[in-house]
Amino acid sequence: MKPAKALLHPAAKPVLFALCLLPFAWLVFGIFADKLGANPAEYLERSTGDWTLRFLCITLAVTPLRVMANLPPLARFRRMLGLFTYFYVVLHFLCYAWFDMGFDWAETAKDIAKRPFILVGFAAFLLLTPLAATSFNRAVKALGAKRWQALHKLVYVIAGLGILHFFWMRAGKNNFAEVFVYAAILGVLLGWRLVRRLRTPVKGPAFP
Amino acid sequence: LPGAKSTVAGATTMEKITEYKDATSYNNFYEFGTGKEDPAQNAHTLKTKPWTVEVEGLVKKPAKYTLEDLLKLSPQEERIYRLRCVEGWSMVIPWVGYSMSKLIEKVEPQGNAKFVEFVTLADKATMPYVGSRVLDWPYVEGLRMDEAMHPLTLLSFGMYGEVLPNQNGAPVRLVVPWKYGFKSAKSLVKIRFTDKEPRTAWNKAASHEYGFYSNVNPNVDHPRWSQATERRIGEDGLFAKKRKTLMFNGYEQQVGQLYAGMDLKKNY
Repeated sequence: MKPAKALLHPAAKPVLFALCLLPFAWLVFGIFADKLGANPAEYLERSTGDWTLRFLCITLAVTPLRVMANLPPLARFRRMLGLFTYFYVVLHFLCYAWFDMGFDWAETAKDIAKRPFILVGFAAFLLLTPLAATSFNRAVKALGAKRWQALHKLVYVIAGLGILHFFWMRAGKNNFAEVFVYAAILGVLLGWRLVRRLRTPVKGPAFP
Repeated sequence: LPGAKSTVAGATTMEKITEYKDATSYNNFYEFGTGKEDPAQNAHTLKTKPWTVEVEGLVKKPAKYTLEDLLKLSPQEERIYRLRCVEGWSMVIPWVGYSMSKLIEKVEPQGNAKFVEFVTLADKATMPYVGSRVLDWPYVEGLRMDEAMHPLTLLSFGMYGEVLPNQNGAPVRLVVPWKYGFKSAKSLVKIRFTDKEPRTAWNKAASHEYGFYSNVNPNVDHPRWSQATERRIGEDGLFAKKRKTLMFNGYEQQVGQLYAGMDLKKNY
């Protein structure tokens, strides 16, 4: 089967959906099978954060890959991947609010306001919320394509905040190797868009 | 490595002892990697025989001790201490060793010795992450003289009745139960007496986050997280509320007077 054909296969979406749930399934299994090490709370907090960043990279890689590999059907998966990014960031936030703050919302609010690194991560989470909420066809229609696109440009801000959050979390330990890897991936994905934009001739009155 | 019951006040908590498996698989020992599981996986390369500890600086009797000398220097005691990591988790560990003061008395510090610096092994050949940019190597820790002389400050050679596993700082380490865990330097090779406050590894790496004193203090937050509570490893379940952190990790009665009149917010 040719790649383009495989991507259009009716099973493609369910298969991707199941794949995206694998990290979550592993974490749930890990909790009950006691496989998350001596400090499961820390494991869950870090792992859900890692997966958020990974899904953000994967989501933002869809368009460059689609264009470069000339695989238009890839576009079908972008929304689902974006929503999984949101799924993992919600889990990440819940882990923090639950395991660290014991669902004490007053304390949680105080903690977020007090700690820049948490504030930045929380801001990224908040900003991602309208993007997730407007991912449905009806929302796209209601907003109109232009406004929808403008709103979804927020993802660039979100990516920056996410990296800053991770950078700050690691800053105390000067342990930036992984931060740089994610920053480089996101930088390439965003840089590709910038270059493409600059190269695309501005639409206007055509010269004869 | 057997140890007799200690008679030092506060040296034997009755709390539930952390499982050996957790205490030996969840470690911070950056010479062997920054992940918590890394030391248990990588520390097998550490060579603990032969081992010497050099005592130098402002002392009347500087000396190079072999590990065998140190083991015999004073009777081994079992001390069951709480261990509170600066990251917000804690354990209860039965250490084997003797008060650091026993060694200090032997080497007779000079009158102008105000601090003790603890230098740990930094051997690129056996410690794969020495040379990584995370910290300035070797890992150096320090105590004020009165802190080092406090009977609770332990020179430790074993835990759970055995010699120290490599990942826990073999063959000889420091244990200071009322301070965050990183103050308890592992795999010691040099003990230096000085008149100046030592520049410690974490303080050099991030001075606004890790002070020289680093006493366990629920009222002084780490800039990136609260220190008011902690999670006891293996005991406080995932969904249990975290337990309250105690002033000086519960050793206030024993060590509080060392800091009388000090502003602990400034001297964090």
